[in-house]
Amino acid sequence: MDGVTPRPAAGCNTVYGVALNYRATLDALGPALNEKPYGAPPKAPVLYIKPANTWMGDGDPIIVPTDIAGVQAGVTLAAVLQRDLYQATSETVLDALAGFTIVNDVTIPHSDFFRPMIQNRCRDRFCAIGATLVRVDAFPSLDSIEMRVWVNGQLRCTETTAGLVRPIARLLADISALFTLSAGDLVLIGAAPNSPVVKPGDEVRMEIAGIGSLQNPVVAAAVGVQ
Amino acid sequence: MRYARVIVAGNTWTGVQHPDGIVLEDGRIFREAEVSWLPPVAPRTIIAVGLNYADHAKELAFQPQGAPLVFLKGPRSVAGHRAATERPRDATYMHYECELAVVIGRTAKAVPAAQALDYVGGYMVANDYAVRDYLENYYRPNLRPKNRDGATLLGPWLVPASEVPDPQALEIRTLVNGKVTQVGHTRDMIHSVARLIEYLSAFMTLSPDDVILTGTPDGICNVVAGDEVITEIVGVGRLCNFLVDGPSNPAFGADFQREVS
Repeated sequence: MDGVTPRPAAGCNTVYGVALNYRATLDALGPALNEKPYGAPPKAPVLYIKPANTWMGDGDPIIVPTDIAGVQAGVTLAAVLQRDLYQATSETVLDALAGFTIVNDVTIPHSDFFRPMIQNRCRDRFCAIGATLVRVDAFPSLDSIEMRVWVNGQLRCTETTAGLVRPIARLLADISALFTLSAGDLVLIGAAPNSPVVKPGDEVRMEIAGIGSLQNPVVAAAVGVQ
Repeated sequence: MRYARVIVAGNTWTGVQHPDGIVLEDGRIFREAEVSWLPPVAPRTIIAVGLNYADHAKELAFQPQGAPLVFLKGPRSVAGHRAATERPRDATYMHYECELAVVIGRTAKAVPAAQALDYVGGYMVANDYAVRDYLENYYRPNLRPKNRDGATLLGPWLVPASEVPDPQALEIRTLVNGKVTQVGHTRDMIHSVARLIEYLSAFMTLSPDDVILTGTPDGICNVVAGDEVITEIVGVGRLCNFLVDGPSNPAFGADFQREVS
C-alpha cells in the first residue's frame, strides 16, 4: 500500500492519550461537567500517559486482571511524531508527523475523570500498538477517517474522526502549547465512544480505514497476579 | 559514593561527588558551576505521587483515601541541577515541591512492602514545580501544570540505596533566595517508599530507571522569575534551580467552551 512503512520497533518514546475527545464521550457526562468535582468543562486537552509497561504489538494477548470482569478495547488513531513539536499552530503541526498508526487503548472502564486513574489505564499490556505507519498525505481527509471494532467476529463499534471535539491538527497544536512533543512520541487522538468491554476468551479485532487492523486475544491474568 | 552525569566541553561524563565539586572518570575536578548537569538517570517511566504528606494534604484540603494519588510525567519535564526553569508570565502561583525521588534498580512485579526496598537502586532529590493556575479537575493533577518542559528537576546526585538505609529518616528543606521556606521529614509520608512500590508493582511492572517522586511536605509558596530555589534532602543532595521569565500559556477554551456547552 502506498504511504505505508513498517513502524520502527524501537522508535517509541512517550505515548500520550487524550480523554474526552469525542463529543459523544463528553456529552455523556452531561450536566456533571458543571458540577463537583469538575466545576466546569475541560479547557486544555485531558491527557494521560501510557507508560512503557503497557506497550505491546499486534497479536499479543490483552491480560484482564483477576479482580476485573472485563476491559474496554478502545480503537484510536495514533499520530506518530517525526520531529519535536512545541508551540506549533494547527497549520504547521501535520508537517511534524511521520504519520498515523492504529492503537488499542485498553482501559478498565471508569466514569470518574477527577483523578488520573493510573490503575485503570496503566496496567501491563494495556496499549497495543499497530505495526504500520501511514503518511499523512495518504489520507484524503483527516476529518472522516473510519474505524471499527469486532469482538469474536461481531461488529461492536463504528466511529469516525468527524466525532472529535478537537480535530487532529488542533489537538496536536493545543498539546504542543503545554509541553514539547518529541520525535518518536505517539499521541492517541481519542478512543472511540462506546468501546466494547471484552473478557477472557474474547478475540478483539479493530481496523482503521487506510491503516489496517490490529488483533489481540483477551486472556485472564494468572491467579495471584492483579 | 554519589554519582552524577554532567556535560563538559560538549561531552557527557559520569562523575562522583568531591569536596570541591565533582571528579570525572578521568580524574579532572570541577566546581559545580563549571559543568552542565544532567539528571543523574534518564528516567524511563516517571511516576509522581501527590498529597503524600499529612501536613501538605491538609494544606490543600485533601482527604487522603486508601490509595495513593498517582500521576505520570513525560521525559521532557526533567532537567538537572542548576537548570533554569521557565515561569510563565501569566502564572499567579507557581510553587516548588521538594521530593525524595526513588530510582528503581531491578524489575519489580507484585513486590510486598517488606521486600520493596531491595528493588530500589538509589535516591535523588527532586523539585517538581506546579503552576496552580493551570490545574483543572480532570485527571487532576493534570499534565498542563505538572508536565511542563524542564520543570521537574532531578539531582545533583544518584545516591546508591546502600547509602540510604532508611528512606523514611530523611530531613527535607527548601530555601528560596537563601531563606528556609519548607521544612519536613520523610517519616511523615502517608505512603512510605516501600508501600508505594508495593502498591504500584501490584498493577504495573516497574523497571530499572523508573523514577517515583514521593510527594512534598507542607511549606509550598509562590516563587518568581529571578528566584534561586534550593531543594535539599539531607544525606541525598542539594538541588539548585533558577527561575526565569517564560511565555504565557495560550488561553484555552474561549472558542472550545462554546462548542461543548
